[in-house]
Amino acid sequence: MTAPASPTGTMSTSTLDLVARFPGIVTADARPAFSGFIVEKDSLIEVATAIRDEFGFDLLTAVTGVDYFPENKMEVVYHAYKTIGGPGLVFKVQVPRVDPVEVPSLIHLWPGVDLQEREAWDLLGIKFTGHPDLRRILMWEGFEGHPLRKDWKEGFYEEDTKPFKSRWPDGQFYMAEDKNPFKDNLTFPTNFDPEKWIPEGDALLYGALARYTVKQEDGMSTDRIVINMGPHHPSTHGVFRAVMTLDGETIVGLKPVLGYLHRNHDKIGERNTYLQNIPYTDRLDYFNSMSNNFGYAITVEKLMKIPVAERAEYIRVIVAELSRIQNHLVFIGTLLNDLGAMYTPSLYAFEERELILDIFEAVSGARMMCNYFRFGGVVRDIPDDVMQKIKNLVFDRLQAKTDELDRMLTENEVLISRMKGVPMINAEDAIKFSVTGPVLRAAGVPYDIRRADPYGIYDRFDFDVAVRPNGDLMDNYLIRIDEIRQSLRILEQAIKQIPQGPINSQKPAYQVRVPAGEAYGRIESPKGELGYYVVSNGKPNPWRYHVRPASFVNVTALEKICIGTKIADFIALLGMLDMVMGECDR
Amino acid sequence: MYGKGILKGLGVTLKRYWNTYWDDIVWWVQGKKRYNSPEGIAHRSSSKTRGIFTVQFPEERLLLPEEARYIPFLVYNEKPDGEKEILCTSCGICAKVCPPQCIWIVRSNDPVTGRPVPEPTEFFIDADICMNCGFCSEYCPFDAIKMDHDFEIASYERNVYNMEKLLKPASYYQSIRPENFAREEADRKAKEAVKAAKAAAAGGAAAPATPAA
Repeated sequence: MTAPASPTGTMSTSTLDLVARFPGIVTADARPAFSGFIVEKDSLIEVATAIRDEFGFDLLTAVTGVDYFPENKMEVVYHAYKTIGGPGLVFKVQVPRVDPVEVPSLIHLWPGVDLQEREAWDLLGIKFTGHPDLRRILMWEGFEGHPLRKDWKEGFYEEDTKPFKSRWPDGQFYMAEDKNPFKDNLTFPTNFDPEKWIPEGDALLYGALARYTVKQEDGMSTDRIVINMGPHHPSTHGVFRAVMTLDGETIVGLKPVLGYLHRNHDKIGERNTYLQNIPYTDRLDYFNSMSNNFGYAITVEKLMKIPVAERAEYIRVIVAELSRIQNHLVFIGTLLNDLGAMYTPSLYAFEERELILDIFEAVSGARMMCNYFRFGGVVRDIPDDVMQKIKNLVFDRLQAKTDELDRMLTENEVLISRMKGVPMINAEDAIKFSVTGPVLRAAGVPYDIRRADPYGIYDRFDFDVAVRPNGDLMDNYLIRIDEIRQSLRILEQAIKQIPQGPINSQKPAYQVRVPAGEAYGRIESPKGELGYYVVSNGKPNPWRYHVRPASFVNVTALEKICIGTKIADFIALLGMLDMVMGECDR
Repeated sequence: MYGKGILKGLGVTLKRYWNTYWDDIVWWVQGKKRYNSPEGIAHRSSSKTRGIFTVQFPEERLLLPEEARYIPFLVYNEKPDGEKEILCTSCGICAKVCPPQCIWIVRSNDPVTGRPVPEPTEFFIDADICMNCGFCSEYCPFDAIKMDHDFEIASYERNVYNMEKLLKPASYYQSIRPENFAREEADRKAKEAVKAAKAAAAGGAAAPATPAA
């Protein structure tokens, strides 16, 4: 069999046909430890259509670019999966690194690439031709350059990679603010009047939402108005802004505005060593640092081709599922806050979260920024007394508390009339818009990466993929409670089966050796698919480090979800996406 | 019946209200202190607690688990004559592994011999940049840098710690992390025993010591 180079053996026979199906257009990626196919730029849409329609890869989860600066080319990497499960398909487009770097946009095949293509344009300067709204998304309009390009240097640039040489052996201490040209004050250009200044991008933004007058059937003309929701709105769970066009009370246009919390996690990650990235992943989705660690750890382990210690696998599952439970509890609490049931449900939910965070603190040392995973295992064992605490919590308390929450809320008539029948998204659209996680499952698609493409030891546990058929707000709420119950099932099995033994298959080392290659690792984080795409060139720092956050991609569907609904539902619909801006803006 | 679900939900709230005070009464009848006592706090942060279990910070404080980590500090041994024996050898691993690069170490040479002095001449940690990840203490081969439990460091100034501020005695380390300290002491003793045995073996005796865990 002439299988393409595939270290993990993920290529099934159907993908083999891709080269045969498009001879001369598609070639297998022949670089060692790279997988997937390289598609000719001009035939990308044709090939992508075939991948979606003939080969059945209906869910395009990740789109990102890589700047191969030394080879003077740029690459766009697509990861497509099937919602019926199974391994994915990686296809790439390579273009010379000469401005403008142009690649055809896939937005008409998979609308879910919208924000991801905008991100790749913003950070890497890859122009997606055919994209209807290719504006900057994370950086502000008027920003110069594309920060993820390897020849771009930031304001406080010191060195290409950490560790910086100025720290040791003669540590030339300086304060970061000393390098700030503005010190603690800000100077404006001469003749600058903040009252009259209109940011360049806003004209573009509002242009996309053109304000116009419509004539109603009864002859009355109505003005459509544009409303800014956020960035400082309590319901947006952070600094998120949605620009909406309203016709009366109905939303007829919506554009999300992101990037207020952007700190260029990817660039920081490329500067860090592999190990140094672990605490940074904590800061992505700060409710689930354990899940974030998990995703990053399995990705680098894929690259390093190292096994994980048996006991550590169980510990990983235990902490990740505890994390999922507390995330969903907080979700329900804040959702009820958004809907107006102020504080009682959310504080009840926070109480249980408190007990779970106590456990995280005892095992990892921190309540939220756990930094608990290491390549090959975890940093320290769960002590016996903490294990007993987990047992008490899982077997005695959380089950009853979930039932209590269920009893308190689910049958409440006010809640039912508020949520039942308010449509969110249907299955077809959810897949098209690359929505993953509970929102996709509430729309009736039983797609859970723990089952569809198991990672870690999830294939050993007996649990059901929670799924609800209607895709309305009520189902989106109920599925979280279902998932808490399933997580408890997994936890019960994991606690019973956990073996004794070492907690790391590797010796502790502050610099790990990662062979050259690429890896895409993904996990089912409580918010959806959390993916990491890491390219190594054998050096101590990753060449490319990309996070595919669930919140960010799920926001792509926000426009689709909200158009046609009433503005009062917007907060509930946004709340249902369960987004965290730390992960969304990175 | 419309409203049954609401009543059911209110029942949950009522039960929780009742539980909150019922435990107070039970503890009072038993003559135990539920508030401002370690026993009470431990109960309120266990899985058996019911109702509201707020810990009234700062009058009451949760017991920090041993592994809790905050800004690092440097450990020194107190010699009988009051001199500080700094464990740090300024090898620079902490500065290299630090993700936000907030550690600065100055190593200097002996003016007479010209060889590097193991003790750091100066050691800075920019505590406002530190992300409390604990890598420095995790990868320190000499157990010389450890994570602190003192989290109340708010100030009006920038928190840049120099060596004077960072140095804390080993007895303090033992008080906040007794188990870790005991384990590391045992390791150190075992290593010394191996070394002594090796020295003895080199001297003629042929009894290889088995390293203790």
